Amino acid sequence: MGATKKVTDATFADDVLLSDKPVIVDFWAEWCGPCKMVAPILEEIASENDGVVIAKLNVDENPQTAASYGITSIPTMNVYKGGQIVKTIIGAKPKAALLADLAPYL
Amino acid sequence: MSDVRNVIIVGSGPAGYTAAVYAARAQLAPLVFEGSVTAGGALMNTTEVENFPGFTDGIVGPALMEAMRAQAARFGAELVTDDITSMDLSGPVKTVVDGSGTTHRARSVILAMGSAYRELGLENEKRLSGHGVSWCATCDGFFFRDQDIAVVGGGDSAIEEATFLTRFAKSVTLVHRRDALRASKIMVERAFANPKIAYAWNSEVADIAGDAKVSAITLRDTATGDLRELPVTGLFVAIGHDPRSELVKGQVELDDEGYVQVAGRSTATSLPGIFACGDLVDHTYRQAITAAGSGCAAALDAERYLAASE
Repeated sequence: MGATKKVTDATFADDVLLSDKPVIVDFWAEWCGPCKMVAPILEEIASENDGVVIAKLNVDENPQTAASYGITSIPTMNVYKGGQIVKTIIGAKPKAALLADLAPYL
Repeated sequence: MSDVRNVIIVGSGPAGYTAAVYAARAQLAPLVFEGSVTAGGALMNTTEVENFPGFTDGIVGPALMEAMRAQAARFGAELVTDDITSMDLSGPVKTVVDGSGTTHRARSVILAMGSAYRELGLENEKRLSGHGVSWCATCDGFFFRDQDIAVVGGGDSAIEEATFLTRFAKSVTLVHRRDALRASKIMVERAFANPKIAYAWNSEVADIAGDAKVSAITLRDTATGDLRELPVTGLFVAIGHDPRSELVKGQVELDDEGYVQVAGRSTATSLPGIFACGDLVDHTYRQAITAAGSGCAAALDAERYLAASE
């Protein structure tokens, strides 16, 4: 726990789809302003919550995973449980709003 | 009350940060609420800024804002990446409440909340937002490689987005209600010279089609009312901005469009000790440099107000 976890096209299946815990995947890129705004909020949520993994996937370096989930807007935060998407959040939001959206999985 | 500040600045962007630089240098120890996800303001979603004086070769929006932020911090401005959720601007001591529920007090407040992008107001726009409908070309252009997409709008931001998106897209159709663009000449010329940009003049977006993702938009001819379909996989909306004045509505005077009204050439609002700057007040110029200029004026106005009320 504590920090967010970097995942890639190569590790996505193992680290996300086969994870025992729910995984929140933040699809982001260096050139995305709102992604940078939401990044520290996700770090905070990661450090405050044990029951969930917060993973970061750089869409620029890992286009396959982003394409296979039909990502067309970032930041997108998908919650995966047992390999399935159970929640999608699109766009940067303040911490309180994110926590409200994520509450069932934390 | 020892915890009463001289000045609180609500909002960042060129107006808020410039106000912070001036207020900090005036030893007013400003507390700046930058916004949790809007810190840096509208320029955080732009690419090249070519018209900010002093940057011969241009500078990217986020880098410009980072420099302004660092400059404010250098002079002692206290910068907080949080939102303000409510304000009470009446009386000699103003209070603002932040995102975590903490109340902060100050003798003056500078409002620099900027503006929020405007939506088309279509039902399918909300549904397909993030699924082909976007307000951020720099964020989402990447996902439309070799696709046909559209940009709606006719101002500088629409032209900038259309031009930027040609880096990725196969074609970009610019949809505009009129038959001429109101964007600055140099940008219009650049767009006209770009073979990937097509134009749908006298057209407005009547609807957006697509199940899971955008597949087409319906255009309405603004003269004849005729409808036609344009197959696109992405629609970037750049039809302007509305001032973020909800928090101060009913407290300071706003004009019909929601912009905060200021007295003459000053930044003084209808309440003593409350000053407003940037896109929140300006429906005429809306440039980074004019926002910065009005942020400077707001800090100077606040400084004088504080000196006079001592």
